[in-house]
Amino acid sequence: MTQPAVFTRAGLLRGARDVVPLLLGVAPFGLVTGIASQGAGLSIGETVFMSGFVYAGASQLVALAIWAHPPPLLAVTLAALIVNLRLVLMGPVLGPWLDRVRGWRVWLSLFVMTDQNWALSVRDMNRGGPDAAYLLGSGLPMWGVWVVTSAVGHVAGQALRPPPGHPLFFAAIAVFVSMLAGMWRGRRDLVPWGVAALVSTAVAWLLPGTFWYIVAGAVAGSATGALRDRAADAR
Amino acid sequence: MTTLAILLMGLATYLCRAGGYWLFRQIRPSPLLRSALAYVPGTLFVSFVVPSLIQGGLQSLAGGAATLGVMIATSNLLAAIVAGVAASWAVWGLR
Repeated sequence: MTQPAVFTRAGLLRGARDVVPLLLGVAPFGLVTGIASQGAGLSIGETVFMSGFVYAGASQLVALAIWAHPPPLLAVTLAALIVNLRLVLMGPVLGPWLDRVRGWRVWLSLFVMTDQNWALSVRDMNRGGPDAAYLLGSGLPMWGVWVVTSAVGHVAGQALRPPPGHPLFFAAIAVFVSMLAGMWRGRRDLVPWGVAALVSTAVAWLLPGTFWYIVAGAVAGSATGALRDRAADAR
Repeated sequence: MTTLAILLMGLATYLCRAGGYWLFRQIRPSPLLRSALAYVPGTLFVSFVVPSLIQGGLQSLAGGAATLGVMIATSNLLAAIVAGVAASWAVWGLR
């Protein structure tokens, strides 16, 4: 804590430069979210507001999948909370940077923290990068691309007007399937993921039309994994 | 109501983004909680995807298989999404 806060324009620009290749990966995700948002009946203004203020694609897609008019407030809020729980663990990892910065810089940097620029920032920090502005610098361009491509997706959805059940909406599921491929950490994920698949399918069948199946599957799977690992460590 | 729903979602999300950093600066989480939280992303996405793939029938299962295959082969998000939608569309057209 004795070291001075390091938060410079140079760090901001370096983050912005390093994130450019990743913007290409964000754009299709934003388009899909815009299309899903239009399909759920949100206006373009509401779409831009959600993408800009919530700014968390996976939770937006889950919420839009259960959207109704009027929206189920508790369900979409819980969806955002649970889908984004992973962010709870990501912030503390950047502690060595954030602890040395004060005020709005910390809280604004955390607002634009996503999986992608977090990973970039952790890499830079672990290589000895001293500048905490890197997180904000790599986050802001992603935020901009996210908001703009969501709006473009909404316009595209409006023009195409795909009927419910149209294969175009499969894009939202496809996003999650592709992200799962990247989340696989090896064989230790097999049992937790299997438990999650079974429990979520059973609960979806027992309580149709609700989103509890997502919560139930995630809680059952994560608890199984954590308890098993603890039992293995104790041996 | 839509605006309120988005506001609540945004607050919940920011609570995760900033709250985790804030909270873990005050307390040390137990290893069990830490380990459980690390399993959340994967199990959560499985729980979202598997029931909707089953519910969507052959059209969705074909799309899911194509997405997963292309993602594993190319690690390209855009290619995987396009392949998934195309496969799903093909099965949908065959009905």
